[in-house]
Amino acid sequence: MRALDEKRQAKVARRGIAVDARPERRFDPERLRAEFPILRQRVHGQPLVYLDNAATTQRPRAVIDAIARFYEEDNANVHRGVHLLSERATKKYDGARVKVARAIGADPREVIFVRGTTEGVNLVAQTFGRTRVGAGDEVLVTEMEHHSNLVPWQMLCQEKQAHLRVVPVTDAGDLDLDALERLLGPRTRLLAVTQVSNALGTVNPIPRIVERAHAKGVPVLVDGAQGMPHLGFDVRAMGADFYAFSGHKMYGPTGIGVLWGRREHLEAMPPWQGGGDMILSVTFDKTIYNALPYKFEAGTPAIAEAVGLGAALDWLQGIDREALVAHERELLAYAAEALAAVPGLRIVGTPRERAGVISFLLGDVHPHDVGTVLDRHGVAIRAGHHCAQPLMQRYGVPATARASFAAYNTRADVDALVRGLHAGREMFA
Amino acid sequence: MSELTDLYQEVVLDHGKRPRNFGPLEGATHRAEGLNPLCGDRITVQARVDGGVVRDVRFEGSGCAISKASASVMTGFAKGKTPAEIDAVFEQFHRLVTEGPETVDAASLGKLAVFGGVHEYPTRVKCASLAWHALRQALHGGADPISTE
Repeated sequence: MRALDEKRQAKVARRGIAVDARPERRFDPERLRAEFPILRQRVHGQPLVYLDNAATTQRPRAVIDAIARFYEEDNANVHRGVHLLSERATKKYDGARVKVARAIGADPREVIFVRGTTEGVNLVAQTFGRTRVGAGDEVLVTEMEHHSNLVPWQMLCQEKQAHLRVVPVTDAGDLDLDALERLLGPRTRLLAVTQVSNALGTVNPIPRIVERAHAKGVPVLVDGAQGMPHLGFDVRAMGADFYAFSGHKMYGPTGIGVLWGRREHLEAMPPWQGGGDMILSVTFDKTIYNALPYKFEAGTPAIAEAVGLGAALDWLQGIDREALVAHERELLAYAAEALAAVPGLRIVGTPRERAGVISFLLGDVHPHDVGTVLDRHGVAIRAGHHCAQPLMQRYGVPATARASFAAYNTRADVDALVRGLHAGREMFA
Repeated sequence: MSELTDLYQEVVLDHGKRPRNFGPLEGATHRAEGLNPLCGDRITVQARVDGGVVRDVRFEGSGCAISKASASVMTGFAKGKTPAEIDAVFEQFHRLVTEGPETVDAASLGKLAVFGGVHEYPTRVKCASLAWHALRQALHGGADPISTE
């Protein structure tokens, strides 16, 4: 394993970006962009401007190649075969777990591969939740949660006759922390909160939130789907109890994500799905479950996808993270200013700290129409409720248009967006 | 490549901005709600049927220019028609918005033909047909809101 990692690191170092990053720590989005084959195309005769990254990012060549190479050279089932291919596949699969663990400062045994953030949250709801939450208890969520960090808790509360409580959002789009304090009560069994809002871009102060929850003995699950790609996450610094994120929103494949949980929780939790790989021994009378993390990984996992996620983490590792964060922050500020200058445009949510996302309305033009006009200008955005219908209701809108950014976006992308918006404004004037 | 103006024809923009037959219907005998879960659009269509003929039809709700314009033009069209006539025209209309004007007898569609550009925009087909699904649901019964999904 060690030798494999060293080889890989040498490979990372050979790539332009990492070599560049060392002496001058230069960050060049144009060069990053060139690593994404899909971004070279034109749509409707216009150069593609991809600003739907909160839905899914694109994959760099390194990730695409890692997946292809796995299928071409190493494919076999994991943890089973005695043959060489199975050994290699297992090494790569568990190697990806080690990379994830390193990226978030965790023990690999605490890293469970799931399909994505949604499955991670459901796993916690169905195991930790079902054993901890009873009739009359409370589960606390926030008004800005994605449906995936809301509906699983709603289902659990219905089943257990527990109450779902909601931390409100201020007009600016920040969590109301005073309300949070009040809502953390003696019956609160869990707080589920997002690191970054997928609809508003709000960055929540996770360490502060966790501190307040823990002071009342309430464990915290953090939805990292939008936070991980932009800010990363250190489970020790953040102090949370569970953290879930998706590979495909951070340059990796679809179908793979991570649930991290504190070891003592994971040990105490019953398994979720039963099947192969999650057992040590099975008789008709009794099954002994496998150790962590395999206890929660029933069935053949998404092996190539895990390898792809590992490659995405390697790729991110090769980028100067500080410069990346600075670039994204600068681009967001530029975009917010450029958008605000479009007559009639209103940005929805002005949180204290923002990452990745700007939601907006263009006069009374419906976001769907905005999306179609932009598409014809080569600009891909999302229009809709962003799987956050309660939040849309909070702001009294059925939908918004959302531009969301990634490492490869530039000011030129923002300029194209603004040009498309002017065209839309003229059409619907 | 089709132009944006094929989709957003003047008539469509006009009906989208100033929808006709918009608002509640007094004395409605039939009612259904249409939902587009993709974008959260929601419209309610109400009809007054008398002697087997749709005497009046109105709609309410929020939606994009295409769905509002489609509802607006549809309500104008449906007045004085029987449910069977509406079904027959919907079949033509649906083909128009999914396959294009060449596949239908455009003359029989009258003003509905302004939605001939929709077929170039597959993601907008649901917007154009939402009101129709709701109207047909209202006329043929079934209490649940219909969904385009």
